[in-house]
Amino acid sequence: MNWITNFLFSSVGKKLIMSLTGLFLCLFLVVHMAGNLVLLDPNGARAFNEYAYFMTTFPPIKVASIFTMLGIAFHIIDGIVLSLQNQKSRPTKYAASKAGKSSSWASRNMGLLGVIIFFFIIIHLKSFWFEMKFGSVPYVEYDGNKVKDLHTIVMAAFKSPLYVLFYLISLAAISFHLWHGFQSAFRSLGFVHNKYTPIIKILGYIIAIGVPFGFALQPIAAYLIANGII
Amino acid sequence: MKLTLNIWRQASTNASGSMQAYKLDGVDEDMSFLEMMDMLNEQIIRDGGEPVEFDHDCREGICGMCSLYINGQPHGPSNLTTTCQLHMRSFQDGDTIDIEPWRASAFPVVKDLVVDRSAFDRIIQAGGYISVNTGNAVDANAVPVEKKTADEAFDAAACIGCGACVAACKNASAALFVSAKVSHLALLPQGDAERKSRVLKMLDQMDEEGFGSCTNTGACEAECPKGISITNIARMNREYMSASIFGEK
Repeated sequence: MNWITNFLFSSVGKKLIMSLTGLFLCLFLVVHMAGNLVLLDPNGARAFNEYAYFMTTFPPIKVASIFTMLGIAFHIIDGIVLSLQNQKSRPTKYAASKAGKSSSWASRNMGLLGVIIFFFIIIHLKSFWFEMKFGSVPYVEYDGNKVKDLHTIVMAAFKSPLYVLFYLISLAAISFHLWHGFQSAFRSLGFVHNKYTPIIKILGYIIAIGVPFGFALQPIAAYLIANGII
Repeated sequence: MKLTLNIWRQASTNASGSMQAYKLDGVDEDMSFLEMMDMLNEQIIRDGGEPVEFDHDCREGICGMCSLYINGQPHGPSNLTTTCQLHMRSFQDGDTIDIEPWRASAFPVVKDLVVDRSAFDRIIQAGGYISVNTGNAVDANAVPVEKKTADEAFDAAACIGCGACVAACKNASAALFVSAKVSHLALLPQGDAERKSRVLKMLDQMDEEGFGSCTNTGACEAECPKGISITNIARMNREYMSASIFGEK
């Protein structure tokens, strides 16, 4: 069984974990973004609260959320280990470097982008997930069903333009992270093919722009609604 | 041409180094970069100083011995060119040129601009060869190899092992070098016999030498003087995973 640890702790094995967890988290982002678009529903409050109730009580979703948390944890731990090792591989930096000529900014700053996203996730979870689970969220009743009124919490949070700005900056970091990460994951998995790699690249760019764009609509819409602009 | 050269000077592996500025006048634009370095050293020797150490051998772009991180790029600003084939016409009169050694913990500085690249030799020694008996040299066309595969193997075999990929990589990863060697042998029938054990041994040695991991930035491919493609890295990853999971060891 020694081979399993040898394999997973090798440089290729660590990148394998990074790519598999990363691609799984991409899938999570797509689902999370698409589902939360109910916030834009004209019948906003009810649709959103019923959706939130479903997402927090439906058993398969609860299992998936555990896997998502584990995925995030492994992605972070593995990312830290890789970053530290990679820094050790070059203890003395170059006095002059034109790295920008040969590689994209996002590809060179995946760690930095990851740190920004990490702090975003902490604040995001504290504001909504933690509140929903452990906070004192008021209840509303729809057709005799009592559900937590998360919509009010969301509206209260995004009333502040600073909070909206914080979300938009974090989404930009996610966009850059996905711009490089999605197609890089396939390379780490050894998947490069004349026919499919161009499709993967385009799909990666669509996800890197589409997912943060879809997410960005939500705090912006909430801000406009909460401040009575629309 | 009149130049200002900022050059990394370091007396020995354990000494601390620093960038030092030199003025050099009368450089001809038809000189190669290394001839310019020779000219600088003659000037330093005349002034009673210690000449700048740098690696070179064939000076025709095929041996992989020259290095130098010139103005923020391995082998300088020209594409698909080794330092020895870089000419001073690529620079302007009055330019300031930064010259540094490859920087990687696996490539310790020996002196000034010379680094110890024997980590690459140890990776090759770990498995970058064919040890099965292939008999006498057979007729050129006796072993059928598709043209496309032969071309891919040849393109990978063009790697001269200079280490520019390590120098260019933000992680000082040797993935491009190792993958070129793994690919060129794995693609051909003679190398196919040991493809599983080879990739395991070479990669384990690569990790042991302290090279970083591959982030797929593509910097190595862009800076490689022989244009080795990062497609080889994906092939190496595939080979390593398959050998780890399906191999007998």
